[in-house]
Amino acid sequence: MAKKDFYPLLIIIAGLVLFPLLIRGNEYFITILVFWGINAIIAMGLCLLMGYAGQISLGHAAFFGLGAYSSGILTAKYALSPIWGIIWGITLAGGIAYLVGKPTLRLKGHYMAVATLGIGEIFYIIFNELIPLTGGPSGLSGIPLLTIGGESLEGLKFFYLVWIVLLLLLIFSLNLINSRIGRAWRAIHGSELGALTLGIDVARYKLQIFVLSAIYAALAGSLYAHFVTFISPSSFSLMFSILLLMMVVIGGAETLWGALLGAGVLTLLPEYLRGLEDFEVLAYGAILMVVLLFMPRGILFAIKKMLWRSKE
Amino acid sequence: MDLISQLCQYLFAGLTLGSIYALVALGFSMIYGATGIINLAQGEFVMLGGLIMVFSSTVLHLPLFLAFIFTVIVVTLLGALFERLAIHPLKNASLITLIMITLAGSILFRGGAMFIWGKDPYGLPAFSGDRPWYLWGATIQPQIFWVLGITGGAVLGIGLFFSRTLTGKAMIACACNPLAARLLGINVWKLVLLSFALSAALGAIAGIIITPITLMEYDRGPMLALKGFSAAVLGGLGSSMGAVVAGFLIGLIESLGAGLISSGYKDALALLVLLIVLWLKPSGILGSAEESALKKF
Repeated sequence: MAKKDFYPLLIIIAGLVLFPLLIRGNEYFITILVFWGINAIIAMGLCLLMGYAGQISLGHAAFFGLGAYSSGILTAKYALSPIWGIIWGITLAGGIAYLVGKPTLRLKGHYMAVATLGIGEIFYIIFNELIPLTGGPSGLSGIPLLTIGGESLEGLKFFYLVWIVLLLLLIFSLNLINSRIGRAWRAIHGSELGALTLGIDVARYKLQIFVLSAIYAALAGSLYAHFVTFISPSSFSLMFSILLLMMVVIGGAETLWGALLGAGVLTLLPEYLRGLEDFEVLAYGAILMVVLLFMPRGILFAIKKMLWRSKE
Repeated sequence: MDLISQLCQYLFAGLTLGSIYALVALGFSMIYGATGIINLAQGEFVMLGGLIMVFSSTVLHLPLFLAFIFTVIVVTLLGALFERLAIHPLKNASLITLIMITLAGSILFRGGAMFIWGKDPYGLPAFSGDRPWYLWGATIQPQIFWVLGITGGAVLGIGLFFSRTLTGKAMIACACNPLAARLLGINVWKLVLLSFALSAALGAIAGIIITPITLMEYDRGPMLALKGFSAAVLGGLGSSMGAVVAGFLIGLIESLGAGLISSGYKDALALLVLLIVLWLKPSGILGSAEESALKKF
């Protein structure tokens, strides 16, 4: 982990400690921040894949869905302990990412985008059509809450669980990008051919990060299922995959912090726009457009640039 | 119905779908060629084509032909405007940012359409009556022939544009290597503008001819873009004829798959074919591996 990452980490930890004082049990706000945390976990994995290793994926909603449905089906239909749902979800998503990743990661740019999009859509269709297991379009309900030591986690407790998981993954990821593996990813991003000539096993590193980001998404999916207790395929559509991509880009794909910020912005924005009713979609599109036009390298980069300027 | 008439029915349905996918894919392929961008707002041009056509024929009471021309011009201008306002200012941004801009654009168009037309689907009378034709026991709407004919005309027109005009050739040059094209004195940004205008026009045409069959509402765009994008990639990005062939292929697989295998899994079937083709031939059906190796994206 680099030195410059310590302060933002401290800020997040301080925020987590002070958080209950700030919101005073406002359930609505807690819910939104839980969603922020869940989205941020996926966005982080996607940022490692996109921003660092330079590979694009339009199918991460599928891995999110695999995690959610694994947890949902195993706990609601087979009454297994939630931990099995999480383990099974991670194994399934990781395994599928491994299997499809092998042929898919040979593809370049848009071809890779379409292949992952195809994978995402196929799983979306399976979630819809495999009615005996998933409940089809009408969804799967009755997913139990998570319990730790006999205490069921809701509201503020679940918020802490999500953000502690996020924090641990963040520290893990920050260490990863400053390691040999992270440097290899960046080399691949710069030039695959160049990386190959340096003796980097490009195919293996690309597969590694693809599987890792799928696992992040599956873990987030399990958390999501246990939080909302009802899941339906519409949460795992192509639109969500694209939204995840937008989170990474709008926050700033160059750093993990950008992905965290982007996840927050795109989780909060629709909530603020909800009051506009018919204008909502229009305003949403306009805001995204303006942000991208004026901050093409992401919000975080724009803020940093402003700070540098004010220092001068 | 016996098998032959069923097959005939699915075949025509597939060709109709395929025409639309082909037109959308052609639009994708054109913008990709000029810029490397995948324009995620491509489906919105189709939607706008359909809805503006409804507006100009039912509210403005323009005759069919004039309404057609009027709609294509309006959507073409919107496409050009979109390029000037959203793509052109960001010359140096990364490709993924530009693609996300087109996504924001698509949401904006969708929001605008929802604001103007609401969420209801709109229909349009068929161009030459509704009395169906019967072919080997299959019932065929005459509009299908309009769809096929106009698509054929548009594809032919684009083909001629690329092979016979200097601008078209400049566009191919620009697609092969923008830097070399610029060195030869080609104004690349003018071509980018043109590519957006032309693919908006193609999208509008697709929207106009399909609305009498499938109706049109504000949120039809993303699904069309998904299929068109898949077709453009399946055919080999940048290859116009590949895009058209793949568009028809996806349409036929979908309609035959829905009829003969399972309607729930029809999209999965088309996507599975797409994945297998890409895994076996990573640069698409008609794409050249050599050419795609030169591209960053």
